[in-house]
Amino acid sequence: MFSRTYRNVVTLPPLVWVAVFLLLPYLLMFCYSFWSVSPAQTIVHSWTLDNYRELLRVEVYWQTLLRSMWIAARVMFFSLLLGYPLAYFLSFCAGASKDLYYQLVIIPLWVSYLVRAYAWKTILGSDGVLNTLLQYVHLTRHPLEFLLYSPFAVVLTLTHIYTPFTFLPIYASLEHIPRNLVEASNDLGASPAQTFWRVIFPLSIPGVLAGATFAFVLSLGDFLAPLLLGGPSGIMISNIVVSLFGAAYNWPLGASISLCMLVLVVSLLFASERLEKKWSFS
Amino acid sequence: MATSEQLTRSTHEPSSRSTLLEVRNVAKSFGKNVVLRNISLQVAEGEFLTILGESGSGKTTLLRIIAGFESATSGELWMAGQRLDTLPPYKRRVNTVFQHYALFPHLTVEQNVGYGLRVENLDKGEIASRVEQALAQVKMTAYAKAKPSRISGGQQQRVALARALVKRPQLLLLDEPLSALDANLRRQMQVELKSLQREVGISFVFVTHDQEEAMVMSDRIALLRRGELEQVATPREIYSRPASAYTAQFIGHTNLLSGEVRQGVMHCGSLSWRTREPDGPVLYSLRPENIRVAGHAARPDAVRFRGKLQHRAFHGATELLRIECNDGLIFSVRTGAREDWQGTPEFEFDPQDAVRVRASAEKG
Repeated sequence: MFSRTYRNVVTLPPLVWVAVFLLLPYLLMFCYSFWSVSPAQTIVHSWTLDNYRELLRVEVYWQTLLRSMWIAARVMFFSLLLGYPLAYFLSFCAGASKDLYYQLVIIPLWVSYLVRAYAWKTILGSDGVLNTLLQYVHLTRHPLEFLLYSPFAVVLTLTHIYTPFTFLPIYASLEHIPRNLVEASNDLGASPAQTFWRVIFPLSIPGVLAGATFAFVLSLGDFLAPLLLGGPSGIMISNIVVSLFGAAYNWPLGASISLCMLVLVVSLLFASERLEKKWSFS
Repeated sequence: MATSEQLTRSTHEPSSRSTLLEVRNVAKSFGKNVVLRNISLQVAEGEFLTILGESGSGKTTLLRIIAGFESATSGELWMAGQRLDTLPPYKRRVNTVFQHYALFPHLTVEQNVGYGLRVENLDKGEIASRVEQALAQVKMTAYAKAKPSRISGGQQQRVALARALVKRPQLLLLDEPLSALDANLRRQMQVELKSLQREVGISFVFVTHDQEEAMVMSDRIALLRRGELEQVATPREIYSRPASAYTAQFIGHTNLLSGEVRQGVMHCGSLSWRTREPDGPVLYSLRPENIRVAGHAARPDAVRFRGKLQHRAFHGATELLRIECNDGLIFSVRTGAREDWQGTPEFEFDPQDAVRVRASAEKG
């Protein structure tokens, strides 16, 4: 259809972009993860598996990874718990005001991530809105310390930030369900609850999977929320990577953690895509 | 469920033919838009009733009100002596075959058919045997394990039918189920559907915009026009004795003759014939096949006219001619296809074949 030259000219820039800004850094990271740091703080360019041995040996690394996964799993769970009913309500019950609600869900995405994280800081802190209120109504005598600088604060903030990301694919998949299927189900004697579990939910599974993947993967790699609100007990794996690349100046170890994360995330994405395909019927 | 099974069985005796569904003064409007006005209609047990109308006539809305997907603005529905319109759709013993079949894409053919039984929590053995029987009835046993996306439109149609019939409803609603099929398959399905209906003995309410389909399949036709019932009658009656000009024109071809009765004689252009109608303006419908080429033996009371052949359309067994008379009257005449015409032939018809019809007001 188009000439060969034209096709080459058009496809070249994105290819170069991907090569320079994606493949090359990945390749570098891959190499770094097999190098080491000398006592004199220089990178030693000889191949070794020491970094990976270190990861398995030092408890704090894999425990932080596990904690990160546990935090990400909770964020995923709560954003599904909030996002699904919200999407269902918009798709099936909101009627004419659907668009308005949709915009209301989208608008927070325009607000900077940092602002939202700081907002939770002012709400949850010991002199924060929540503690002041609780003491004012005499529910508590002293500020509740666990609210801020805890995994709880991280889960809460990330859930708040990523719920729209789970909402969107679920909403899209619900909107795609032909309404006559719902009518057919009612017509065949299924109550609204039966219709939901036997027709609507199974047909929305691709959206649920996509939304769950978003929430899990995005929170797994998050480092700002734990940095601002996590405290010592809320540290996540990315914080460790940041400090290894920064203050600790151990790029090879940081690269090996990053590579493990990359493999984990890519296999998750792959698995979720396979599952989504299995559950889509259009 | 024993009582409901007896109910289904009792419909097998067409002799009883008591009223199953009664639609009483149903009206429906969406905001300011009036879709149905004052519809009253009865469906007998075991009857095949077709709701016929153009698009926008309100036929699908009426069907959806009976199914329970819409609620009437006013009026009542009664089925087998019980109020129907107050029940949600899933509690009505009414099932629907949807226009685009609405098969569940995540379930196999077999699971689709069994769906309505599983939600009733019937035992597995009974579900399996009823599903098998229903699939056999529509000749889809071979496709039991297939997903709906893997079978053709005609096959999806059969599955939708089996899925509704397996519930043993008292009343089956069909919303233009054949409109998506090609002409040949459509004709075949018309015959199959009709014989299936006789076999199961369930009342069918069938919605279509296709008058030929309505004629072929129905026990009675309810012709709907702009939200009002124009006429409810058997296909023969509605064809041979149309109540209004609209009915006469919508079902088959017709010649509408408008004129005036003066002292027992109808005057229409240069034609006139004796009639028992009272004086005043009248409208007659005369079917093209009731006009014939005038023979040599003059019939005493036949009305004769001469005209120029303007157009002829060959229909296979017959031919439809367009004849223009000197006084400007235009007639459609159906003749055998063999005859050959030249010049200005003479035609005749019997006055008793001209049916007086109500003029249909041109609204909107």
